[in-house]
Amino acid sequence: MQDSSTTTPETLVTADGVPLKQKLIQSTRRARWRALLLTLPLVIFVLVSFIFPIGQMLLRSVNNDTASNVLPNFTIAIQEWDEQGLPPEETIELFVKDMQVAREKREIGKTVGNLATRINYEIPGSRSLFTSSSRKLAKVTEGPYTEALLDINKKWDNPVLWRSLKRATNDYTPYFYMAALDLKYDDEGNITEADELYQIYVSNFFKTLRLSATITFICLLLAFPVSYLLSTLPLKTSNLLMILVLLPFWTSLLVRTTAWIAILQTEGIINDILVFIGLVGEDGRVQMIYNQTGTIIAMVHILLPFMILPLFSVMKTIPPSYMRAASSMGAKTFTAFRRVYFPLTLPGIAAGTLLVFILAIGYYITPALVGGEDGLLISNLIAYHIQKSLNWSLGAALGSLLLAIVLILYWLYNKIVGIEKLSFG
Amino acid sequence: MTKLQTGYIIFAVLTVLVFITTSSVSVTLGFLFLFGTPLFFMKALPAYSTHLNYFNKYLFLLLCTFIFVFLITPILIIMPLSFNAEPYFTFTEGMLTFDSAAYSFRWYQDIFFNGMIDPAATGAAWWSDMWENAQWVRSTRNSFFIAICATLLATGLGTLAALGLSRAEMPYRAAITSLLISPMIVPLVITATGMFFFYSDVGLAKTYLGVILAHTTLGIPFVIITVTATLSGFDRSLIRAAENLGADGWTTFRKVIMPLILPGMISGALFAFITSFDEVVAVLFIADVEQRTIPRQMFSGIREQISPTILAVATVMVILSIILLGVLELLRRRTERLRGVTPA
Amino acid sequence: MKIKHFLATSALTAGLALAASAQANEITVVSWGGAYTKSQVEAYHKPWVEQTGNKIVSEDYNGGIAEIKAQVEAGNVTWDIVDVELSDAIRACDEGLLETIDPGILPAGADGTPAEQDFIEGTLHECAVANIVWTTIFAYDSSKIADGPTTMADFFDLEKFPGKRGLRKGAKINLEFALIADGVSAADVYDVLDTPEGIDRAFAKLDTIKDQVVWWEAGAQPPQLLADGEVAMTTAYNGRIFNAVAGEDKPFEIVWDGHIWDLDLWVIPKGTPNKELAMDFLAFSTATEQLAKQASYISYGPARKSSAPLVGKFHNKDIDMGPQMPTAPENLTNATQNNFDFWADNADQLNERFNAWLTN
Repeated sequence: MQDSSTTTPETLVTADGVPLKQKLIQSTRRARWRALLLTLPLVIFVLVSFIFPIGQMLLRSVNNDTASNVLPNFTIAIQEWDEQGLPPEETIELFVKDMQVAREKREIGKTVGNLATRINYEIPGSRSLFTSSSRKLAKVTEGPYTEALLDINKKWDNPVLWRSLKRATNDYTPYFYMAALDLKYDDEGNITEADELYQIYVSNFFKTLRLSATITFICLLLAFPVSYLLSTLPLKTSNLLMILVLLPFWTSLLVRTTAWIAILQTEGIINDILVFIGLVGEDGRVQMIYNQTGTIIAMVHILLPFMILPLFSVMKTIPPSYMRAASSMGAKTFTAFRRVYFPLTLPGIAAGTLLVFILAIGYYITPALVGGEDGLLISNLIAYHIQKSLNWSLGAALGSLLLAIVLILYWLYNKIVGIEKLSFG
Repeated sequence: MTKLQTGYIIFAVLTVLVFITTSSVSVTLGFLFLFGTPLFFMKALPAYSTHLNYFNKYLFLLLCTFIFVFLITPILIIMPLSFNAEPYFTFTEGMLTFDSAAYSFRWYQDIFFNGMIDPAATGAAWWSDMWENAQWVRSTRNSFFIAICATLLATGLGTLAALGLSRAEMPYRAAITSLLISPMIVPLVITATGMFFFYSDVGLAKTYLGVILAHTTLGIPFVIITVTATLSGFDRSLIRAAENLGADGWTTFRKVIMPLILPGMISGALFAFITSFDEVVAVLFIADVEQRTIPRQMFSGIREQISPTILAVATVMVILSIILLGVLELLRRRTERLRGVTPA
Repeated sequence: MKIKHFLATSALTAGLALAASAQANEITVVSWGGAYTKSQVEAYHKPWVEQTGNKIVSEDYNGGIAEIKAQVEAGNVTWDIVDVELSDAIRACDEGLLETIDPGILPAGADGTPAEQDFIEGTLHECAVANIVWTTIFAYDSSKIADGPTTMADFFDLEKFPGKRGLRKGAKINLEFALIADGVSAADVYDVLDTPEGIDRAFAKLDTIKDQVVWWEAGAQPPQLLADGEVAMTTAYNGRIFNAVAGEDKPFEIVWDGHIWDLDLWVIPKGTPNKELAMDFLAFSTATEQLAKQASYISYGPARKSSAPLVGKFHNKDIDMGPQMPTAPENLTNATQNNFDFWADNADQLNERFNAWLTN
């Protein structure tokens, strides 16, 4: 790049005397701005309606200010505590008073119940300690407060509980990520693995990944021959057959899931046919639904078009003469396929595999409906924490971890295939 | 005798054998269809091909037939089942013997009756009751309202952005494209969770606007992808020609660009429409019963009581899909004609 | 909060066409759907609408307080009165999500007893008023099992009664049932469950039938599973099974041994714009007569003592409803109330363990 200050009088200038080069730069810049301006409304829209909510969710996974909201004064005082024995009397007095105020005001999101729920995550069983003590604390008007608290319930005489409270007053906590990775604080406040019987998330992440990989692989196996056939047939025939691919693609996911229930259930069509032909007896009906088989069959059916479409569009561009050339040079059909055809389809395979894999990871409706106990995947657990257990921070932490996995795949996809190459039918 | 003819003869013999061993017409017909279709599509291979080549080709076509059957069966199966006279998902004896008593329209009636206060009423009262209270009718109204609003928003904003993205001067193209396509890549449950929190905070959750904005976001990637694809085959000198002839930006867009990219816009809009129309996860998180859509109604139907009403609705929706697919195909042909490319 | 206001306004405008139907004198009553909602519509909604001229929108949901929490915290309450389980009512009340209810608004019993004495002990709360007592039992199809099971132990006995079992997906009730089947009496079940050994014992018992279980989630599923022959016996809400028997002539039998009863209560989400109407509906629907009337549509026990003598026959059949009630003395021989304190403390942890147990 040449510095514009080095222009000499001999350079070409426009009518208004500005050097042409400078003018060109100006006009390019204007054009760039114009292009950018066109995309601006949508970029802002996506940022506000999509990126920002997701960012906020990430924040929620580390930020939980329940404790500091319910116990504002105690929060400041407890920071001085050395975590040995019980906190000093003055601190506990603030605790009691904060609890009384919270009970009095019953402000949404700042009640004793909210605090109880928060601490109950870390110390199961402490919920009723908080709620019942708070009812009785209403009558406590003078000190010594420590004694009054211990009179109400002996469980307050527990440094572990106070340490957990102190940790909770910190608005930013790694606790929910720890929980999402099957870790917990032990009594001394160190990070350790959760009891084996309560470990669910890490193994579930792997299970979800494994299931998604299986589904992707089966989709690839089924999509390859079909796409090949479609790409070699004359356009008129292939367009007709394409309807068989696109119709399920466009049919509601729930409808297709329902259809699979009708087909696979014990009194369903496949079992009826098997009994009718005599392959199995009336008592020997095969269990094909409410287990992993059901999940895989229904998911493969739902995701197969996402594999066929990119594969087809890549295969369409491979001239048939390549294979003929390989054959004429003496390559066996299989060798020609392996050395010539297959490598050319790789972009399509990459696009299809990653698309199907990412979609499979995020699906939870179908596994929930046809998967029985095997249908409990990481997305179901996220939905469970958001909608049922109301542990929103844990749901957000699980969601963030899942998002991280997907973003890595997205990055790979972009690297290998390029996001602009994505197209449909 | 050609090798293909040998195949026909072997197949005929096999069919007879199947009929003799099972002595069942339906099994034989099933065999004929499944194994005969690939044979029907077999063509003569080059002269040097061996019997093995023929057999391999047949196996390949057979495999493809199975996969196509796998793809389409669930779609076809729901249609007859939706006419079941009994409240089950199974084919009854009567249905298999084509007894007309085993078929009925009761589940199609139930689409209207479910939720109505007094389905036995007549005249105007019935109509207003149906319009206001029938759950499926209400969710259909919601689905259309939400999908149409979301589609208009997504198409408008998406087309504008695609115009920018397809300009040669566009800076940060890859980054912005990635950003705009990301709603399609991020798993729905995460999107829905994030939106649930944010929309709750700003008071958008449980409102029509919230659901519409969520569905707009989900539809945007489709509009971007289809419209940019159309624009990539667009001759940019047409714009310069229009500008040379004195047209301003808006006129150029209306008279030159718009007619040419219209098919892309419409197919993008259709994608966005179906995305919204078929979407249940975001609705589960963001919508209230008041905004209940068809998929949401189906979801509770599947969970709470399995009734063939879902299948009746599904049949109607499949027919709707077929119509939309037809429109898409017509548009595709139009694009090709406009570009002067004729199908090979 | 300007942006909030702006967004709310635009939302209002956008939904105007559809919202036009929602008039002022209308409340949204949310309940569990199916036969249960139907009984409430007959006994509460219709008479109330007739008497007051107001309208009711009836909605179904699947339990839990997520919806209430989201609405109240967003300050956008569209549910005016909700039918919830006791543990949910208490948690929601603790978290300040509900309006407090003054028991003074409740009418006295038909015999003149003040409401506070008329309601069965433990059915009136700071933020909730109970309408019914319901229970989880197990049931089987008597046309398929001739010499049927009689105890909870039989439910877990795959040798004596082979076949699939239906259980609700979740820790609650299943752990109690497992312990009762393992020999713990219903009265002691929560004492045992409150120890780590007790929990291990319950899971160990569940382990013995794990691979034969079909898990259900919604109350309408168990009768369906029984009717379809997908399971040999299943746990279920007693009213659902009774209605399949009385309404559809299904040959189902209820086994009352070891059942865990619970309350359903009306709660009013904090900040509903229709608070007055909702309170009025609440008071109306929990009057002696309405509660007794509901019992003629579904076999759930009324929460008022004065309703019990008024309970008669099923609304269109000659079936005495008294013996069908969870509160009938002969049905209470080995039964206990669901312990909401225990579940408030342990639900998170035990559901986590349950999920881990389920997937491994």
